[in-house]
Amino acid sequence: MAVRAAAGGGLPWRGVGRRVLRTLVSMVLTFLGLTVVTFFIGRVIPIDPVLAIVGAKASNETYDRVRAEIGLDLPVPVQYWRYLEKVLHGDFGTSVITSQPVLQDMLSVFPATLELSIPALLIGVVFGVPLGVAAAVNRGRWPDHLIRVVSLFGYSMPVFWLGLVGLLAFYAKLGWVAGPGRLDVGYDDIVAPVTGIITVDALLAGEYGVFANAVQHLILPASILGYLSMAYVARMTRSFMLGQLRQEYVLAALAKGLSHARVVWVHALGNVWVPLITVIALTFGSLLEGAVLTETVFSWPGLGLYMKNSLFNADLNAVLGGTMVVGSAYILLNLISDLLYPLVDPRARERP
Amino acid sequence: MSGVAWRAWLLDPAPASRRQARFGRWFRGWRSFSANGMAMAGFLIVLALVLIAVAAPLITDPHAAVAQSLAHRLQPGSAAHWFGTDELGRDIFARIVFGARITLTIVALVGAIVVPVGLGIGLPAGYFGGAIDAVLMRVTDIFLAFPRLVLALAFAAALGPGINNAVVAIALTTWPPYARLARAETITRRNAEFVQAAVLQGATPASILFRQIVPLCLPSVLIRLTLDMAGIIITAAGLGFLGLGAQPPAPEWGAMVASGRQVLLDQWWVATIPGIAIFVTSVGFNLLGDGLRDVADARSA
Repeated sequence: MAVRAAAGGGLPWRGVGRRVLRTLVSMVLTFLGLTVVTFFIGRVIPIDPVLAIVGAKASNETYDRVRAEIGLDLPVPVQYWRYLEKVLHGDFGTSVITSQPVLQDMLSVFPATLELSIPALLIGVVFGVPLGVAAAVNRGRWPDHLIRVVSLFGYSMPVFWLGLVGLLAFYAKLGWVAGPGRLDVGYDDIVAPVTGIITVDALLAGEYGVFANAVQHLILPASILGYLSMAYVARMTRSFMLGQLRQEYVLAALAKGLSHARVVWVHALGNVWVPLITVIALTFGSLLEGAVLTETVFSWPGLGLYMKNSLFNADLNAVLGGTMVVGSAYILLNLISDLLYPLVDPRARERP
Repeated sequence: MSGVAWRAWLLDPAPASRRQARFGRWFRGWRSFSANGMAMAGFLIVLALVLIAVAAPLITDPHAAVAQSLAHRLQPGSAAHWFGTDELGRDIFARIVFGARITLTIVALVGAIVVPVGLGIGLPAGYFGGAIDAVLMRVTDIFLAFPRLVLALAFAAALGPGINNAVVAIALTTWPPYARLARAETITRRNAEFVQAAVLQGATPASILFRQIVPLCLPSVLIRLTLDMAGIIITAAGLGFLGLGAQPPAPEWGAMVASGRQVLLDQWWVATIPGIAIFVTSVGFNLLGDGLRDVADARSA
């Protein structure tokens, strides 16, 4: 690495500043785009927000007064500016269902979503990357075909259906895992929430019974999401690896006498990590948004279920707040993967 | 002409006419495609789906897909009801058959929106470059960074549930990669000699884009669409499952899974069978798309 940096004729971090700046600018623009879209959705909704507050029997004066109070008489750009100000202060309004600030609601449900999506992502990467490499190395032979079919099934599977079938088989028929929800009723409220992630809280409190129960509830949804993530990660790893194994440096390294395993797992895979970071970030993003479906199936009280329930109670503040949070998480994941690029790939540093 | 003569005509390395060259190219593409077993399986699945959707009234009684018969509710599969009946006594087989129409309608409508929009943004961005490119691609990037399902959810919430709104919501989050693809294809071709020849002949940019560049972009755009179809179907089914897609009593597969959820433990087939239909369909489109891409890659390589 040092040699390459010297050959590039400068500090290893040259060009990083501009890159970071460009990434940040595009992140801000994307965020503004997101606020424009949510603002627009909030305005086109056919429900009259004033009527929702004052009721149908209110006099015209009351109607106009409330309309002015919530700022609907202002020009649209001014309304947008006010909306943006609020969003930047973390103010997404109040939820109609819980009568609490939407942000507070979301902070309390978000750990549940993380508890599900982080193990799923780990399963996806830990199994998906080696499987993808194995498929690429054995291209056209049976391990390749097997891995391709397994991953094809994964990314063709509707997650909500797989969840139901999983519950039917492993919970109802076989009884190997616990059912929907995060804990059995008897274990509720034993552990005080610290992080909000029940498995971690239970370990911190030393309540191993609660921990075991939480794991039993977690294992099925996490495995199913992990399988779907694995399918995508394995597919992408395979195709990136095939691209690398065709390169001449692989042949050169083999000719030099390096072992096949070293060339594949160190040299080729080393180059594959760069695009893989983006794939992993995207996988995490899709786990967060797919939460709407999985959490519905497993009655898992996270962000997805919160949004879904808000949706059906016409709680628009909560839905749009959730959209902003998931959208911001998406943008943040893109940012992280962009910024990690130069750390993994020296070529990205030398770009002017 | 006999079969052998046809073959020779199609594989002639020096075609005598443009038509012969075109058919020859298609034939060679088809030969390499049909030699790929997985791709053929995908093709047959998709073909079967289209045939089922078109011939749905011939396959089963249209009435059976919506007719309620509470006396016969939740029956397991039998000679009269191959896949059993649902919680309202409707024949699940008939609902699956007619559901194919809804699924195909959704993917066709999404395709009919995203291809023109993608081309409309990507072609000028790639052809003119400069400020036009910068602005159009910035907008594309913004939409590219949006979470698809959640945005579709928010749109469905604002516009109200329904199949049309589901299509709009999915299309809105699907078009950006098409704009990028069209832009990339345009950039590689805008300085080609045949384009310069057209410019010298006085062709307007619009005419160059539509007559010279669009026909060359379309194959890769359509392959990409085939690959995306499975994702579109799964997203649409997900919206249906949440109650935001096609509304009852329409036999939409995702909504059918949702209604079967209530009776999952005792009557497993009600939720399971529509899910299998979604799964098989999306496997079919994935295999078909992979196969088409392999053929296209082999040709360009």
